Amino acid sequence: MKRVNRRFSTLLFLGIAAALLGAVTLAGICLKDAALVTDFSRKDLPPCQGFLFGTDWMGRDMFARTLAGLSLSIRVGLLTAGISACVALVLGVLSAAFGGWVDALISWWIDLVMGTPHILLVILLSIACGKGFTGVVVGVALSHWTSLARVIRGEVLQLKTAPYLLAAEKLGVSRWNRVKLHLLPHLLPQFLTGLILLFPHAILHEASVTFLGFGLSSEQPAVGVILSESMRYLTTGKWWLALFPGAALVLVVVLFALLGERVRLLLDPGSVHE
Amino acid sequence: MKQALFFAGKKAFRALLLLLGVSVASFLLLCASPLDPLRTNVGQAALGSMSQEQVAQLEAYWGADQPPVERYLGWLAGAVRGDLGTSLLYRQPVLTVIGQRLGSSLWLLLTAWVLSGVLGLALGITAGAFRGRWPDKLIRGWCLVISSTPAFWLALLFLLLFSVWLGWLPIGLSVPIGVEEEAVTLADRLQHALLPALTLSVTGVSNIALHTREKLVDVLGSDYILLARARGEREGAIVLRHGLRNVALPALTLQFGSVGEIIGGSVLVEQVFSYPGLGQAAVTAGLGSDLPLLLGVTLVTSGLVFGGNLLADLLYGVIDPRMKRGEGRP
Repeated sequence: MKRVNRRFSTLLFLGIAAALLGAVTLAGICLKDAALVTDFSRKDLPPCQGFLFGTDWMGRDMFARTLAGLSLSIRVGLLTAGISACVALVLGVLSAAFGGWVDALISWWIDLVMGTPHILLVILLSIACGKGFTGVVVGVALSHWTSLARVIRGEVLQLKTAPYLLAAEKLGVSRWNRVKLHLLPHLLPQFLTGLILLFPHAILHEASVTFLGFGLSSEQPAVGVILSESMRYLTTGKWWLALFPGAALVLVVVLFALLGERVRLLLDPGSVHE
Repeated sequence: MKQALFFAGKKAFRALLLLLGVSVASFLLLCASPLDPLRTNVGQAALGSMSQEQVAQLEAYWGADQPPVERYLGWLAGAVRGDLGTSLLYRQPVLTVIGQRLGSSLWLLLTAWVLSGVLGLALGITAGAFRGRWPDKLIRGWCLVISSTPAFWLALLFLLLFSVWLGWLPIGLSVPIGVEEEAVTLADRLQHALLPALTLSVTGVSNIALHTREKLVDVLGSDYILLARARGEREGAIVLRHGLRNVALPALTLQFGSVGEIIGGSVLVEQVFSYPGLGQAAVTAGLGSDLPLLLGVTLVTSGLVFGGNLLADLLYGVIDPRMKRGEGRP
């Protein structure tokens, strides 16, 4: 039997995972209206053929609600992880490239953000922006950049003394061109994997903050909202309200984590041997 | 010795400065909030039916009529003297509320912290020792799933399984309902804290397990392990004698660094179990715009996190003499 090339199987996995996540996102957008349909003739149904995840006390189809919620989570995750990674890139490069008091200030700022428990920081930021969609996005985006910023800062510090950069400086390449031509291409793999590995955290924190009541408003079919509502019906034995949406969320987050792991292997082939 | 003291003093000063920064930043964030404390706590309809004087009185109570800088300076002056103000929702001094809440939270946090550390270390070492074989794959898979699971959902599952379905453990709170405080036994408290502590411990495991595994794999690939193997030492002895010692330091750092995560998790878990701890107070304060209390909780929890990091820094030197000041971190 011919052994499948590892690179090929990794690429295949990437394709399938990306397609799956894309499909969930699209399906959620399409099912947004179906998720809001209430029908009291079919309320509190346990999982059955017509309703895979059952229905809630207002007769809403939990499958549609879950998909819509996941789609919302993924979109919020993409947005916040993107912003976070960009903040990390800018601050990390600034910190390492300028050194001195800029570095001291940014490092202090990173320590400050890392020192506050994440959830509390997201709550504070969310309150500052008046909760809701903006609150979640700002809260999650501005609290997750720290570790990536540190990685990028370390990388740039290391690169700064690399012979080819010193040579470029002596050859009279301008500072901006050195950053653009020599530094950024080197940072790209770190940046991309950091970005993808931010998704799981972003999605989990979005769901957590929404669950606590500081995030997306309760009319929206967010996973956090679904789970916090399900809490009221747990004691009456409606287990499906909590089990399936949560499990689906875990699945999406695992997919993102695996995706990030595989992308790292592709972009940084040396790490395969670890 | 003098050097060590100087080192500790410098670190402590830095932590103090960071705490000051945390207080300024949280204060600014809370002041920038467009949420009106009157509207969230009194309600729009009730506000409309009140007279001007009543509204002004309420505004004075919630501190909405003073400029932020004045309020912060007033708060800071009190904080330096050990007075964090009065909680607006509980109508008690913030320190009293935090003290009570921390009392019930602390040993929940502590159990979870110790359990997750021990469990994580054990799992990490097992995975590292069996690298590439099925126990390793199992543990790594488990860690991936656990780190992708929101703490509150795990809490919900445990609640469903142990309290609703099996009926072994109580649904929530920290003491039985309808029992006088004197009549509450230690067994009652234990029973109520068991599920929250379990949830917190399980969620905290993955990070430390994965890092320990990574480090142990590194150690096991080194030359002195090769020598030990050549000398005929048994694999188990190698892992325990040479592996554990070298893995302990990074594991300890991670463990002290994970204080923040455990506190963050406790906010969620306490909410699910309606456990009256610090995390729940934070959520209540946040939802009710109770600025002094939220500020106090943020400050105290950040203090715990910085304290954890400080301890880790100091322990370096104690555990590994090579790491004394001047030679830097590994």
